[in-house]
Amino acid sequence: MVEIADQIFVILKHWLVDFAPAQWQPVVSAVLSVAALIIVFATLFAITTVLERKGLGRMQNRYGPNRVGPYGLLQPLADGLKALTKEDVVPRRADKVVHFLAPLVLVVPVFLTLAVVPMGRNLVAIDLDAGVLFFFAVGAATELSVFMAGWSSRNKYSVLGAMRAIAQMISYEVPLILSTVAVIMIAGSLSPVRIVEAQAGYPDGLPGWFVLTPWGLAGFILFLISGMAESNRSPFDLPEGESEIIAGYYTEYSGFKFALFFLGEYIGMFAISGLAITLFLGGWHSPFPGPEWIPSYVWFFAKLLALIALSIWVRGTLPRLRIDQLMNFAWKFMLPMALANVLAAGVWHFMPPGIVRWVVCSILIVGVYAALGRALIQSGGIARRTYEYAD
Amino acid sequence: MLGEGIIKGMAETARNFAGSYVSKGRLTTVQYPEERVTPKEATRDFPFLVYDGKDREAGLRCVACQICEKECPPQCIYIVKDTVRKPDYVGKMQFQPKVFDIDISVCMSCQICVEVCPFDAIKMDVEFELSTADRFEGLLLHKAELSKSNEYYREIHPAEAAEIDGRLAAEKAKVEAKARAEAAAKAKAAAAPKPVAAPSPTPVLAGAG
Repeated sequence: MVEIADQIFVILKHWLVDFAPAQWQPVVSAVLSVAALIIVFATLFAITTVLERKGLGRMQNRYGPNRVGPYGLLQPLADGLKALTKEDVVPRRADKVVHFLAPLVLVVPVFLTLAVVPMGRNLVAIDLDAGVLFFFAVGAATELSVFMAGWSSRNKYSVLGAMRAIAQMISYEVPLILSTVAVIMIAGSLSPVRIVEAQAGYPDGLPGWFVLTPWGLAGFILFLISGMAESNRSPFDLPEGESEIIAGYYTEYSGFKFALFFLGEYIGMFAISGLAITLFLGGWHSPFPGPEWIPSYVWFFAKLLALIALSIWVRGTLPRLRIDQLMNFAWKFMLPMALANVLAAGVWHFMPPGIVRWVVCSILIVGVYAALGRALIQSGGIARRTYEYAD
Repeated sequence: MLGEGIIKGMAETARNFAGSYVSKGRLTTVQYPEERVTPKEATRDFPFLVYDGKDREAGLRCVACQICEKECPPQCIYIVKDTVRKPDYVGKMQFQPKVFDIDISVCMSCQICVEVCPFDAIKMDVEFELSTADRFEGLLLHKAELSKSNEYYREIHPAEAAEIDGRLAAEKAKVEAKARAEAAAKAKAAAAPKPVAAPSPTPVLAGAG
C-alpha cells in the first residue's frame, strides 16, 4: 500500500503507455511526462503568484488580494483572463519574428530543465547521466531569450534591461556552477538521480543531506544567491527594475506574451529551487527516518514550497542592488567563496570521517568568509557609497 | 560581519508577517465597500444648493445673483435667472434660478462659490460615490439633483450649519422686529402714506447685510 502511494504516478504512466502500440510507446511516454510537468508546474505558478502577493502584503502589513473568490484565491484566474484578453501590441519597428520568438525561447528551456529534476522515487522525466550539465546547458538559453526580447523591441529601456540581464546572468552563472561542482565532486556523478541517492540514509541520526556539511551549507547559500540572480528574482531584479527602466527587456511586451515571460521567470525559479533541493537538500528524501507512509514526492514539493517561501521572504526584505554592487558582489565575493568552497569539499573528501574534518572545513570556509567580508567592507566594494556632490 | 544587516531585515519582515495575523492593529487598511470610516467634520467635495422647509423649489435659498458663476475659477457653474420672483426667508421678493447646473467633471472643489455666496445658499457636500456610465450628462448636475434640504446640511456639517442657522434666525428676528416697529409707527401716524413694501431693484445687495 505504501509502495503504491509512493509510486502511483509511475504506475499510472506505465498503465497508460501500455494502451499505445509498441512503436508509439516512447513517444506516448514522453508526451505524458511533458504534459504532467506542464500541468503541475503551471498550477504551482498560479498558486505561487497569489501566495506571493498575499505574503508580501502581510510583510508590509496589508491584506493583499482578497476580492476574487474566497480569500482572493481565484486571483490567478482573473489575472490569466486579463492577460488573454489584452491587446497584443508589437512596436511597428520591432523585429517581429524575434520579438515573437523570445517568450517561447524562455518558456521552452525552463520547462526542459525541469525534466532532469527527480521529484520522487523513480519520478523523473528523463534520467540523464549528465543531468546537471544538461540543466545548466539548457538553462543558459534563457540568457539568449532575454537578449532577443531586449534587442528585438527597438527600445532603449529594453536594450538596457537586456544588457543588465546578460551581465548579471553570465556573472552569476560562474558561482552557480562552482557551488554545484563541490556536490559533483563528493557525489562523484553528474546525474541528479545518483546525487539524490548519495544523500540517502541517516548517519549520526541526521539525514545525509549535503546541506548538513560545512561545504554543503556554504554551497547551498551560494547556490541560492546565484540562483536568485539567475532567475532575476528580487533583490537581483535589475533587468526589470520598474523604477529605473520601466520593465527592462519586456517593456514592449503585452498581453499573453507578457504572461509567458512572467511564467518563464517563475518556472525558472522553480527549476533552480528544484535543483537546489536535488543537490543539497536530499531531493525527495524525508528529513527524519520516521514516516514511511508519506510519499517521496510530498517531501520534494514541501521542500520546493519552503524554498519558494524563502525567496518571497527575501523579496519582501531586501531592496534592489545597484549594478556596481551587483558586479562587485559577484566577482569579489561570490566567486572567491565558491572557489574556497570547492577547496573545502576537496579537503572533506580526502580527510577521514570524524570531527576533525568538520572543524578543518568549517575554519576554512568561515575564515575565507570573514576575510572577504572585512576586505570588501574596508575597500568600499559593497559598502555604502558616499556621494561627493550630493550634500 | 558581512550579512548582519540581511539577518536583521529578514527578522523584521518575519515579525511583520506573523504580527499581521496576530494583532488587528497592524492592518490599517479599511475594506472599503464593506467597511467605511465616518467622514470628518471638514470633509467636502462638490457644492450643492440648500433649501429650507419641505419644498425644494420654494425653499431654495439661491436668488440667482450669479456671483458664484462669475467667481468659479474653472467656470463649471451655469445659471439662468427666472423672470418671476418669490419671497425669501425674510419675506423679501427675490429672483430665483431657472437653471442651475454644476459640471462636477470640471469642478475642482475649491469652495470659492461657498465663500462668496451672500445667501448661504451653496454649500459643500460629502457625497463621493458619483461614478456614472455617462461621463457627459451623468456628471452634469441640474438644479433638482443639486438642491438638498437644510436638515441634510445639518447632518453632514453640524457645527457650520448651526452657526448659519443662528445667523439667519437672528436676521429674520431683526427684520420682524423692524416690521413690528414700523407697523406700530404706522398705527400711530394713521394719516401717513402707506410705506412701500416692494423689494429693492438690486437683488444682489438685498439682504446681504
